[in-house]
Amino acid sequence: MPVNEVLLDVRDIVKRFPGTVALSGVSLEIFKGEIHALVGENGAGKSTLMNIIGGVLQADEGEIFWNGQKVYFADTRHAQEAGIGFVHQELSLCPDVSVAENIFMGRMPVKAGGMIDYDELYKRSSEILKTLNSNISPKKQLRELNVGEQQIVEIAKALSLNCKLLILDEPTSSLTENEVEILFRLLRSLKSQGISVLYISHRLQEIFDLCDRVTVLRDGHYIMTRLVSEVTENDLILSMVGRNIDAMYPDKSEERGQLILKISNLSHADDFKNVEFELYKGEILGFAGLIGAGRSEMARAICGIDPKDSGEIYVYDQKLNISGYGDAIRNGIGYMTEDRKEQGLFLNLEVKKNISAAKLSNIANGIFIDDDREKRLAERFVTSLNIKVSSIEQPVESLSGGNQQKVMLGKWLAIEPRILIMDEPTRGIDVGAKAEIHALMRQLAEQGVGIILISSDMPEIIGMSDRVIVMHEGCISGELSGSNITEENIMTLASGVCQTK
Amino acid sequence: MAQINNETNLTSTAKSSFWQRMMAIREMGLLLIIILLMIVLSLASPHFFTASNITTTLIGLATDGIIAVGMTIALVSGGFDLSVGSVLALSGVTTGALYIGGMNIWLATVLGLVISVGCGMVNGYFIGKIGINPMITTLSMMNIARGAAYVLTEGSPLSLAQTPKAFTNLGGGTVLGIPVIVLIFIVIAVIGDYMMRHSAFIRQVFYVGSNSKAASLSGINVSKVKFLVFIIVAVLSGIAGILTLSRFNVATPSAGLGTEMRVMSAAIIGGASLSGGEGTVFGAVLGVILLALVNDGLVLLDVSVYWQDLISGIILLAAVTLDYINHTRRRTA
Repeated sequence: MPVNEVLLDVRDIVKRFPGTVALSGVSLEIFKGEIHALVGENGAGKSTLMNIIGGVLQADEGEIFWNGQKVYFADTRHAQEAGIGFVHQELSLCPDVSVAENIFMGRMPVKAGGMIDYDELYKRSSEILKTLNSNISPKKQLRELNVGEQQIVEIAKALSLNCKLLILDEPTSSLTENEVEILFRLLRSLKSQGISVLYISHRLQEIFDLCDRVTVLRDGHYIMTRLVSEVTENDLILSMVGRNIDAMYPDKSEERGQLILKISNLSHADDFKNVEFELYKGEILGFAGLIGAGRSEMARAICGIDPKDSGEIYVYDQKLNISGYGDAIRNGIGYMTEDRKEQGLFLNLEVKKNISAAKLSNIANGIFIDDDREKRLAERFVTSLNIKVSSIEQPVESLSGGNQQKVMLGKWLAIEPRILIMDEPTRGIDVGAKAEIHALMRQLAEQGVGIILISSDMPEIIGMSDRVIVMHEGCISGELSGSNITEENIMTLASGVCQTK
Repeated sequence: MAQINNETNLTSTAKSSFWQRMMAIREMGLLLIIILLMIVLSLASPHFFTASNITTTLIGLATDGIIAVGMTIALVSGGFDLSVGSVLALSGVTTGALYIGGMNIWLATVLGLVISVGCGMVNGYFIGKIGINPMITTLSMMNIARGAAYVLTEGSPLSLAQTPKAFTNLGGGTVLGIPVIVLIFIVIAVIGDYMMRHSAFIRQVFYVGSNSKAASLSGINVSKVKFLVFIIVAVLSGIAGILTLSRFNVATPSAGLGTEMRVMSAAIIGGASLSGGEGTVFGAVLGVILLALVNDGLVLLDVSVYWQDLISGIILLAAVTLDYINHTRRRTA
């Protein structure tokens, strides 16, 4: 880089959310015409920082300088006008209209009388697409494009706003290798036109292939900024994860019991392929991997929630034919979803009704619900899980996140599970409740429940799991146990840096 | 930490009991409004508090009340049924036509109900199994069933001659001075209310309406639940159709026009929510009574009948707005 002219200078940003500090004093400098990578674990503060730069969120403290001028982006429009384009991980396009209409969404060229000037629209769209070396027809309906092409439309949309800085959040997460190549070529050509790119990715290899500099965040703190050419992958991994694991995790189990669950040859489409593993009594088996590695999909297929193309499931050496989720529940397999509000709880209903939901036969006499039994069931779990409620008649939405999570756990314990799959069991809950749930998990394991823990929270995986299986793009990329369960090993397997069997 | 936890606990306790009070007020408030309205009406008109007026009003609201029980269940499941009025007409017309054709009245009644179940199965299949939204599905069924009723009668009402007394008694008879039709409504409402609170199946309906994703992730067969819900609504509409036939002794293809909106309004006024997971039969019945009283009052006070719809509309909007304010307050709290 000949001249390092600063385009964006973010200084000492602090952002607090109720209960947590998402960013504490983070700074970031982006030069004109560079591709700058932002890396960190889930929860490190990357999205918060991006959202602040993109005007989605506003910082509580700190300053932003744009081309040397101090600026304040009150909303996304502000940031767009300044020249910041933000391509979210989830594309925000309308599938039912044309490519051109997507690019100029909200800013259609109009003729007299307020009618859309389609000639002008298509002309300007093809000009922009041409600068991107893309041969997508502006008249095509968006839904006819593949994900990679749609991403290019998103970038075209950002560029049509005359953007100087393009923020890309995990742009390659749903692209094929070929599409990734095309995207990279495009980004390099934008760079040569003097446009800066802020690139967020979990895939470290991409950073070495594409980026000029890299900034690392960890737990909301700024760790370092380096030239990519001056760091190694190991440096990055260490600085991303380099923290001591809290001593608050319960002791691990000493011995493994009987075989409870055996999965063989489980596959479905591109979600996961040939998954095989075993789960033993009394153990907590961790599943690590990046978001999109296929862990939840695999778990849901085991339970019969989602379809599978092939695969056998044996519980205590007995082959199970699971055609629907009800079958799994009757066989004592529970899946505690990652998204408690959207998929786990009945927010407007009472605590007791949430706890009884997965197995009404627990509390029913024939076709009628026995109120006393429902009450006793709820009270049992409210006490044993230490759920803080004023009454079991309280609607779940009035509880704190941690207590909501415990209600969901109670719902699954009420089915008397033999196997419990817990997907992100402590996401978004405070430290105290987290430790309680961890202790409960270990207790359950000791009582003989086989627990599968799916988590993106690295310390949790390491602190809780007796064994860890790492998945990468739908395949098991490795298994770790004992002292081999380290952040470095997991990250290495998860980012697919080396593919061991 | 412990202190902070305690604090949040206390505030959430206060909030919930506040909400519980509101819930209580919801039905209590409605009851109060009804009582108040009755007092006002008895003062305003000497004809209001007479046995004949009250009996007529009760007979008039009985079929709406029966359907309201079903509509509440549909609303709790997160859907609604626009075809209730048409199914009412079709079941009555089918029964009437078969009877006129020479069939035994009771067999004809059973077949009228079977037709209703058929309508409900179609609704339930498209909504529950295929996943078409309830608005489109039941709007179609509303036209299909109404159309079928017109086709069967070629457009003109069929008069039933010499129907057995036992049948006409359903709609026109009395037991101990109470009209049988009102008794049937009361029985259905009481059973409905009990089921709503205690039946394991209806509990599943609540789960589905509250959060259908969470319901299916709790092992509940969501499409089966929805399927059954629409059958229940249709059966109740069919029963209302038979009672209407028995009451007037005429099978009218245009019977029950506008029932769907009236009954939905009543259920919503009574606390059911269009977003599902909430609603009581008791509330819905109170809603039916309130709307019926308003109409009765307008008639007694010699106000033009054209005011009825206008005023019912205002009541519905007021009730829903109140509900919305409560909900947003609860969500943001």
